[in-house]
Amino acid sequence: MLLTVAEWQAVRLTLLVASVAVVVSLPPAVAVAWLLAKRNFPGKFLLETIVNLPLVLPPVVTGYLLLVIFGRQGLLGGFLERTFGLRFVFDWKGAALASAVVAFPLLVRPIRVAFSAIDDRLVQAARTLGAGPFDAFCSIMLPLARPGILSGSLLGFARSMGEFGATIMIAGSIPGETRTMSLLIYSQLDAPGGMEQSVRLVAASIIIAATALLAGELLERYGRRRLQGATA
Amino acid sequence: MSVLRFDCRFSYPAGFGLNFAFVAERGVIALVGPSGSGKTTVLHLIAGLLKPQNGTITLHDQVLFDSKMRVNLPPEGRGVGYVFQDYQLFPHLTVGKNLRYGQRRTRQTGIDFDRIVNILELGDLLRRYPYSLSGGQKQRVAVGRALLRSPKLLLLDEPLSALDPSLRASVAEHLVRAIEEFHIPTLLVSHDRESIEWLAHTTVSMDPTDSAARSGNSV
Repeated sequence: MLLTVAEWQAVRLTLLVASVAVVVSLPPAVAVAWLLAKRNFPGKFLLETIVNLPLVLPPVVTGYLLLVIFGRQGLLGGFLERTFGLRFVFDWKGAALASAVVAFPLLVRPIRVAFSAIDDRLVQAARTLGAGPFDAFCSIMLPLARPGILSGSLLGFARSMGEFGATIMIAGSIPGETRTMSLLIYSQLDAPGGMEQSVRLVAASIIIAATALLAGELLERYGRRRLQGATA
Repeated sequence: MSVLRFDCRFSYPAGFGLNFAFVAERGVIALVGPSGSGKTTVLHLIAGLLKPQNGTITLHDQVLFDSKMRVNLPPEGRGVGYVFQDYQLFPHLTVGKNLRYGQRRTRQTGIDFDRIVNILELGDLLRRYPYSLSGGQKQRVAVGRALLRSPKLLLLDEPLSALDPSLRASVAEHLVRAIEEFHIPTLLVSHDRESIEWLAHTTVSMDPTDSAARSGNSV
């Protein structure tokens, strides 16, 4: 399938944005998933609500909130730009931020399920064998939750690929800079003959996202089978 | 000279309580009592997996827990080997890596890996994963893993009760051989008379009505 230069640019940018979004949000997603799966604390319900909020909020509202926080005059945006030179508005990093926030609950969910399935006594066994809490987490919890972590990452990646509403609010739709596949499809549809023109990119989106989802599903099944076999 | 002095009070949030004291000498000591008397809870308290409300636990003159002195060593700092009732082998690690898990994390080099593998007849299993092992093999790996930590005290929770009757004698034989080879003081809990007869030198009763057994071995 041949894509135009602009379409290749959009594909490359989308892959970059989705990859960065997943890599950046993975460590906090693992931490939050572990907290929700294994700890009881005051405010747990509130944390759960905040984590899942991007799932139910209109993406445009998420984008608006991101602008309020990370805009150049925003609560954090000005500080980050002055101190670290990090700019989010009309920048691909803004698109990555929007994707990370919207995909966050989809990352957390499978990882949380994976942590919940791990028998706490395995960690206790590790502790009696000389592992400290962090060592036990890294050597027991993380490897056993790996299928969930991979599955969540792929789900998050697939969701990031399709991000539109929050991205256009904070990053705009600048060709070659912030125009991801979804945004390019939208702008193509706006032009005469757009339906035919956008078929290639629509097909590419479906193939990439479906591959990521399929891989996630297969990994989750493999992980579940392995854990069930191991504890049988 | 006593190996372990235990005198603790503990209660679960649901209300079950334990107020128990005993002194363990060298050898293999069986903690016996009816179901629900708190035998496994005592092992968890000694290993640091549960925290008593108050009391003291001393192992070879090292204070593991003292509510008055505010001492509460974490499980990894207690030098106690624990063999869980259902083994708790790490499913993502081979038998060899399970065995070395504790050894890699202890500075003591008292117990030789090859010696343990030999005594417990684990040589053919080293590359296999736990899910492919029989109950008896899992138990032998769990014991080997705990011993390779070079523990000052070995805790065994119902060591034979999950095994088929046909496997029990063989696993008990391996256990006795390993414990005697390395002279490790051992505390086991069991409700199974056969296991106790095979493994234990003395018993401590947790049954408050069993005054004879209690006074003979505990404080």
